[in-house]
Amino acid sequence: MEASENRLYDLTALEKIFKRFEGRKDDILIPLVQSIQEEYGWLPKEALRLAADHFRIPLSKIYGVVTFYSQFYLTPRGKHLVRCCRGTACHVRGSKRVIESVEQKLGLKDGQTSKDLTFSFETVACLGACALGPIMTIDDEIYGHMSPAKVSSLIDEHLRRDKDESANR
Amino acid sequence: MRVQTVKELEELRESLKAAQKYEKEIVVSANATCCILKGSKPVVEAFQSELNKLGFTDKVKLRLSGCLGFCEIEPMVIIKPLGVLYQRVSPQDVPEIIKETVCGEKVIERLLYKDPVTKELAKGMAEIPFYKKQKRLLTERHEWIDPTDIRDYISAGGYTALSKALFYKAPDAIIEDVKKAGLRGRGGAGFPTGRKWEACRNAKSPDGVKYIVCNADEGDPGAFMNRSLLESNPHSVIEGMVIGAYAIGATKGFIYVRAEYPLAVKCCRNALEQAREYGLLGNNILGSGFSFDIEIREGAGAFVCGEETALIASIEGKRGMPRSRPPFPAISGLWGRPTNINNVETWANVPLIINNGADWYSKIGTAGSKGTKTFSLVGKINNTGIIEVPFGITLREIIFDIGGGIPGGKKFKAVQTGGPSGGCLTEKHLDIPVDYESLTAAGSIMGSGGMIVMDETTCMVDVARYFMKFLAEESCGKCVPCREGIDRMLDILTDITEGRGKESDIALLEELGEVIKEGSLCGLGRTAPNPVLSTIRYFRDEYIAHTRDKKCPAGVCKALITFSIDEKKCKSCGKCAKVCPTKAVSGKKKEPYRIDKEKCIKCGLCRDNCKFGAVIVS
Amino acid sequence: MADMVELTIDGIKVRVPKGTTVLEAAKEMGIVIPTLCYHEGLSPYGACRLCLVEIVRGKRSTLDASCTLPASDDMVVLTNSERVKKIRKVILELLLSSCPNSKVLQDMAANMGVTKVRFKIKDRGCILCGLCVRYCKEQMQSGGIGFVGRGTSRKVGTAFEQTPAECRNCNGCEWICPVCMRACRAGQLVEGICGGCLNLAVVETCPICVKCSESVGPEGHTTYRK
Repeated sequence: MEASENRLYDLTALEKIFKRFEGRKDDILIPLVQSIQEEYGWLPKEALRLAADHFRIPLSKIYGVVTFYSQFYLTPRGKHLVRCCRGTACHVRGSKRVIESVEQKLGLKDGQTSKDLTFSFETVACLGACALGPIMTIDDEIYGHMSPAKVSSLIDEHLRRDKDESANR
Repeated sequence: MRVQTVKELEELRESLKAAQKYEKEIVVSANATCCILKGSKPVVEAFQSELNKLGFTDKVKLRLSGCLGFCEIEPMVIIKPLGVLYQRVSPQDVPEIIKETVCGEKVIERLLYKDPVTKELAKGMAEIPFYKKQKRLLTERHEWIDPTDIRDYISAGGYTALSKALFYKAPDAIIEDVKKAGLRGRGGAGFPTGRKWEACRNAKSPDGVKYIVCNADEGDPGAFMNRSLLESNPHSVIEGMVIGAYAIGATKGFIYVRAEYPLAVKCCRNALEQAREYGLLGNNILGSGFSFDIEIREGAGAFVCGEETALIASIEGKRGMPRSRPPFPAISGLWGRPTNINNVETWANVPLIINNGADWYSKIGTAGSKGTKTFSLVGKINNTGIIEVPFGITLREIIFDIGGGIPGGKKFKAVQTGGPSGGCLTEKHLDIPVDYESLTAAGSIMGSGGMIVMDETTCMVDVARYFMKFLAEESCGKCVPCREGIDRMLDILTDITEGRGKESDIALLEELGEVIKEGSLCGLGRTAPNPVLSTIRYFRDEYIAHTRDKKCPAGVCKALITFSIDEKKCKSCGKCAKVCPTKAVSGKKKEPYRIDKEKCIKCGLCRDNCKFGAVIVS
Repeated sequence: MADMVELTIDGIKVRVPKGTTVLEAAKEMGIVIPTLCYHEGLSPYGACRLCLVEIVRGKRSTLDASCTLPASDDMVVLTNSERVKKIRKVILELLLSSCPNSKVLQDMAANMGVTKVRFKIKDRGCILCGLCVRYCKEQMQSGGIGFVGRGTSRKVGTAFEQTPAECRNCNGCEWICPVCMRACRAGQLVEGICGGCLNLAVVETCPICVKCSESVGPEGHTTYRK
């Protein structure tokens, strides 16, 4: 939590992003917002306000765009993003039960973030790895042929890595 | 490295071909998302270190290709010139492969593909049943190309079509070729591509600016052909786009890729940079005087943005809301200028047509549907992967000959085509030819190519509900029939699957479905009821069972099923009790176990773990 | 001489300048097509779908929204065919199921013979016709209110639910709303229909509140939220 709060005031990051889109017309709104989210992990209100002022795009327009697309988050996200595919192929192969297992393990429903900001969980309509479904991803790693049994051990693995990381620091 | 003329390009191609003359070649399908998922990276690393260790890097070419189609048997390795294909390769197999096959030219039988029915071993790709009935015009090139290196594409003949188009054909002639070839849009609707290009070419732009767009917003769940193509051969799409831009008179192009495909985005970006570097994109391409460039835009998580007018709104930086047509994008699209939007696969077909001629192309397929189509064959099927077949092949051939039938000895029930806009086809449709008209007549659509196979354990009412839930979340919410109509259809289907349905609900669903079809503003709404209407059409008895009898014949809808243990089959091993999350299963040794129905949450773990099939679902 | 097109509406031939919509062309002939999201002074939107008409092309026909459809030569339009009437009734049912407390909708229901709403009632207090949004943007050049979200969670709102800097306090959004000025006061809705369309009691409500300086009554601006 502290880290993200500090970054909000790290305007240099935001300035660098703005420079990249300097002189462009307001059609770059979506790539701009995508870059801001990539930097902070979510879209802080302050950052959007600054973007509105800098590029002279009405804040209402930015807000309308940000709330339309599923990719954008207006609340902080957890350190680890767990995603389950709920696409048709995965569904037919039993993704529903995998999703239920993840919900049980993390104590989170689709779209929620844990209070300590460790995990965010969401389901995605299709991740495009349909031949190997059901699919679950944790951050950049994809796991195929998922079953409820595998859920617990994979999540624990990532928690263990976190512990190792902080021990090594 | 910038190529300034066609002659220079040809010379470059020759020199690259000469440089590619290695004694041996190892191809590992390593660059696409699925391959990486299946563990191709450690295999690649093993090859790299072994070849280094043995000092073979000058004599043996290690090529990291994209998707080879047969996801089920990944990681795949092909040894050339022998032509041997190894499946499910692990890093431990690598030293043996190099020693026996690469050096010793011997085949390692345990790594060959074995037909599960005939038990025959297949030496190479041509002998594997999965590939036999395919016609891999677009995808066969994947095994010669490392998608991260434009030189592979050039030496394999890439950008020849572009040279032909820019210097030996007038724009109108190119459009005539595309029309004569009979290419139809591969995104789903199947509109004749040549006519679309012609309309855009003839449209007037207020300032002469025209645009072309590659629609890579592959949102249909279960479809990943476009991702595979972009990650395996992005240059085929880029080449097609440059040719199209020249024919239409466009100066700028966009590739709109969904954000859920980060590797495809990266791959495209890299390919575009290399194309610019080599002068095949940008100013004065190959000295022709034609200038054109492409920008990538990433989607932001909205299925509706696969619809042309919503896609246009998204590129313009707005909410992805569709608008009514006319005016069509070809006349007035991006920023009011004539815009031609085509699917990834449509663009990839263009170089083929220019290189081989419209006559050649029009001989493939059926009278109304020319060429080949890639499909993602997934779900309850043995051989999952991406296939490319000529139009006219039957569903039976796809599912049983190529797909290898249904796993676990189960029975085929239905195949869903066209994603959430399509419908289910059943046993009685197995022998219809796969082409645009036939699928539409049967109540489905071709769609972008997702083919999801279902067996007797799939509940069709649950499938209908699944699609409505998806569409309800993806509806843009502008027009009443789609926004409220789909939501109410979902309500009714939820009631049905949870045991609160009435028999009269079926007629209500049909009525509401017709209204949504006719009254909605855009394609999403107009095709949204298809999954429901087609499942009612072919599986009405399942709907009646759910509503009138409150039963789910496939054993899926939790509210309508109960789990119990067959006393005769139970061996009292206790496994079920161990895995039960709510401790609903109890029993003692030598006595059949029992399930407490009050505690049972119907998760199915007991059924999955029982080796004796003693858990019954009714 | 401006380009003219000739089309047939309900059997009557009409000549209108190119660019005229079918709805406007019909109006010229005194043919009234029901609308909700259409307003003469604002850009057409095509969201409510009440203005659907049947366009006949040979043996086939399709339905399209007349407010956005440009009239073209030889077009054959039917504004009140059985097919159109049937679909209009269901669309109205859907509208009522999402905004039952609207006198305008209840009146339309009584007119069209819709006596029952067969769908679950989920009162959103708004039909998302976008008139207020378009008024704010096009007429007042403000854009302080806009659409937020997608699908059934789409609604009219302001950025971060705060008073927008651009708000002109003109109250136009409330004035132009076809449903919020005329909320039904009928006590009980029977299956979504009040049957009291002659009820003339008017209640001031508004689905959004920008907390502008306008106030209604001593309590300030009331918001209608369910």
